[in-house]
Amino acid sequence: MSAYKEIAWNGIWKQNTILAQVLGLCPLLAVSSNLVNAVSLGLATIVVMLLSNFAISALRALIPYEIRIPVFILIIAALVTVIDLAFNAFLHDLYLVLGIFIPLIVTNCIVLARVEAFAAKNGLRAATLDGLMMGVGFVWVIALLGAVREFIGQGTLFAGIEMIFPSLSGIQILPEDYPGFLIAMLPPGAFFVLGLLIAGRNWLDARANQRLREKRLHDQPPAPNTVAA
Amino acid sequence: MTEPIEIARRESSVLRISVRTAAIMLAFTMAFTALMAGTYKATAPLVEASALAEKLRLIGEVLPPGTYDNDLLADAITLSPQASLGLDEDTRVWRARKNGAPVALVLEAAARDGYSGRISLILAITADGRLLAQRVTAHKETPGLGDYIDPKKDRNKTRPWITQFSNLGFDLVPREKWRVKKDGGRFDQMTGATISARAVTNASGRALAWTVENRNKLFTLQANSRFEESKP
Repeated sequence: MSAYKEIAWNGIWKQNTILAQVLGLCPLLAVSSNLVNAVSLGLATIVVMLLSNFAISALRALIPYEIRIPVFILIIAALVTVIDLAFNAFLHDLYLVLGIFIPLIVTNCIVLARVEAFAAKNGLRAATLDGLMMGVGFVWVIALLGAVREFIGQGTLFAGIEMIFPSLSGIQILPEDYPGFLIAMLPPGAFFVLGLLIAGRNWLDARANQRLREKRLHDQPPAPNTVAA
Repeated sequence: MTEPIEIARRESSVLRISVRTAAIMLAFTMAFTALMAGTYKATAPLVEASALAEKLRLIGEVLPPGTYDNDLLADAITLSPQASLGLDEDTRVWRARKNGAPVALVLEAAARDGYSGRISLILAITADGRLLAQRVTAHKETPGLGDYIDPKKDRNKTRPWITQFSNLGFDLVPREKWRVKKDGGRFDQMTGATISARAVTNASGRALAWTVENRNKLFTLQANSRFEESKP
């Protein structure tokens, strides 16, 4: 049980694909200009990571070590194509919104990274959970990035949500005549906000470590007979 | 000195491993290509049906279904690539008629000078030379910035940017005024995102001028025939 918990924690925080591994920046920066697009790409990424981790963990005994990378890429590309076609055929309305993001996922090296680092060496359940949790870690960071950029860039949140849920509409947070802040919508803004998020994570981690160290010092006054390491 | 038999055995085992690895790679490639081909075959009819429905919906947006009574999709001609429309591929022109009289043409055009890549348009142009309406069918303009050219993304829901062209012709807006205000014309653009608006405005002006010039030929050609450039 705790092994699964650790997989979840790794995906969401400790080895977060964006904040800790800083992988897959190309689609991340391209699509995170607003919250709805960001979450859409994130959800599509979860599906692909879940399925590719599952498929490769299931086939791992059949894949020779020397050619594992081309086979992984083949499997990921095939799965993404199948998902793209299936989405287009069976969930066409959603496809009109998410469709442009699905081919982008192939360019996301995080999928290949998790397959190589985890799915190829672990059982089905652990690998599938790892794909899901790495995806969840990706979603919350890209959602935060999208929200910050949309808020600073155009003063709204959830703009474009009516394309997914026609009954809802975006929220204008800053006054209607807010002129917008162009650089937040363009790639440099994405780098600035991402840099701040990574710095924030490092600061939180450093603070937690500091606390832990202080607590240890406080709880355990220097013992006379130290246990040999 | 190594025995010749030993060398031969080693070489044959290297060869065997290579062949085996190649065979496995080939097997994976074939299996997953088959998976993709199978999915493609299985989904193609559905995908085509939704593409057609999407096209009909877009045609319906620029040309109200009540304004014509012919079978629009059957009364179409193929257009060879037209530089004035920004097109480098064959497209279709649909011809709307009422009681046999020409009503409007629905055609595609493209702007090549957007902020990022091609902007594809569909336009309905009446027989008397008015731009009934136009819509952006595909674009890659910056989300949240230049994408207001698509009314689905336009934050002004009551009067999206693209609707200001409706029912205008060169009799109401002179050709040289068919530009965005920043270029001395009469069409609005959003501050900070002029390029997308300028590209759409100029493309629609060129498309309207071209259609007005060629409308007789476009209406009179046999259905399903091909429009070729008349003069060099």
